[in-house]
Amino acid sequence: MPEGDAELADLYRDVLIDYYRSPSHKGKLETPDFHSHGVNPLCGDEVELTMTKDGEKIGQVRYAGHGCVISQASTVMMAEALEGAEFGRAKVLIENFRDMLLRNAPISGLPEELEEAKALEGVRKFPVRIKCALLAWNTMKLGLDQGPRKAETAEYKESER
Amino acid sequence: MSRLAMAIDSERIRKDFPILSRTIRGKPLVYLDNAATTQKPNQVLESLRTYYQRHNANIHRGVHTLSTESTQMVDAARDKVAKFINAPKSETVIFTRNATEAINLVAYAWGRKFLTPRDEILLTEVEHHSNLVPWQILAQEKGARLRFVPVEADGSVSVETARRTITPKTKLFAFTAASNATGALSPVRELVDLAHENGALALIDGAQWVPHFKTDVQAWNADFLAFSSHKMLGPTGIGVLWGRESVLEEMNPFLGGGDMIQEVWLERSTYNVLPYKFEAGTPNIADVVAFGAAIDYLSALDFAELRRHELELTRRTIEILRNEGEITLYGPEDLEKRGGIVSFNVADIHAHDVGQIFDAEGVAVRVGHHCCQPLMRKFRVAGTARASFYVYNTLEEVEAFGRALKKVKEFFKVKSHA
Repeated sequence: MPEGDAELADLYRDVLIDYYRSPSHKGKLETPDFHSHGVNPLCGDEVELTMTKDGEKIGQVRYAGHGCVISQASTVMMAEALEGAEFGRAKVLIENFRDMLLRNAPISGLPEELEEAKALEGVRKFPVRIKCALLAWNTMKLGLDQGPRKAETAEYKESER
Repeated sequence: MSRLAMAIDSERIRKDFPILSRTIRGKPLVYLDNAATTQKPNQVLESLRTYYQRHNANIHRGVHTLSTESTQMVDAARDKVAKFINAPKSETVIFTRNATEAINLVAYAWGRKFLTPRDEILLTEVEHHSNLVPWQILAQEKGARLRFVPVEADGSVSVETARRTITPKTKLFAFTAASNATGALSPVRELVDLAHENGALALIDGAQWVPHFKTDVQAWNADFLAFSSHKMLGPTGIGVLWGRESVLEEMNPFLGGGDMIQEVWLERSTYNVLPYKFEAGTPNIADVVAFGAAIDYLSALDFAELRRHELELTRRTIEILRNEGEITLYGPEDLEKRGGIVSFNVADIHAHDVGQIFDAEGVAVRVGHHCCQPLMRKFRVAGTARASFYVYNTLEEVEAFGRALKKVKEFFKVKSHA
């Protein structure tokens, strides 16, 4: 396989394209406990997250918006990984995922909840695409940090650099 | 081969551009991002090297030989630019950092002096952010109003629509001669006349025009023209503002400092003559000189042939896209009404994903909003993929573009409904 094709296949693993086309977790919850909105001004990608609270755990997660294969697949993977997780655990998982992409943390050390999300490791070879993979996770982190407040939407904005 | 029919000998020209023999991810580079910036020929690189190796000194007020040579070299570059756009005088050519700074210069030095809260500035919906945001800042500061000529469905600007939008309050009509997002060409002379009939000045954003078409500011009867060196084989860091002499004379200076003054006291100064009034501080001497070398290179080309060459590449690209199916094309249908820019989307695939596959094939295209977010909103897309051509591109490269396009569809499993 030519060099470019191998890297490409590593970036866009089949599972990502399946996730991209999957309707799973799409939509917007009517009465969310958490609501956050993220944009990447560089490419115009946008994600709106709505989420319910189930005791000390995350209930349902839904997303709306638009973006590339990487950002959309990453969003669905995040929703799957975080649904049902305790809030403290969710924050740890977000940090683990960020470490994988931003600090090259070895994927062997990732917890099992992030098994599917490991498919995004190929993004590391394409530095300009890391923001695509992180948009939903950063937006979720902001929403969780803000806490359950129905009246306000947490606004997350990726910086240009 | 059909290439032989073209008077632009791309194969010979390509030898002047060392970067074009690079490989990208194991494949030959196919550079189709010329609307963003063009590659630089050896002649331009060599002039930079020679300048620094043999002539480098600060210009003006130097009596030593190097300073005199450097001053003459900058003057010569200014003369070349003036001739290239048929400016009546070299003094009306002002060097800036880029086209963006040239437009900001007008907003600052003309706008702050002459605009009042009763006035309007007319723009179009297709403008690059560089011909939009400076006017937003100015209008906010002055309490003036911005108006916009609505874009036609094909991304072009029509004189009739502009006529319905302009008002007697319009003080300046600033518009692009060629859209970087769709390739649509504007009816420049008619739009300039319309501005003048309404008592307004006309500023032309020529960033996508000047590199590709014969430019004659006098035939246009324009008041301002802005363009960039780096989109026409020259180095980055140099742009041009050309202005009508009488308008430039009555404007305020731009930045304050050395070179733009005549006499300085502690409390006040008198300002230098054109063009120095607008060129404060040590300019980007080496890049001005190298820009002169780029102008020499372009001046040796027949621009009618260059147009034919780019049109041929554009025609074939559009044909490939149409044959492929599941493609949305932007810009005028009539090829005569567009430059060498092809903007498109592939089915529901995000432009960044399209660009990534092209890159893996060695094909450099630009993806995103092209600094035209209002236009993208109008088209109801987050962005597009864009191929843009120049003198060194070949039909073989367009075929490589076609192979990359097929790969995008296979890769993302786009089904053909045709």
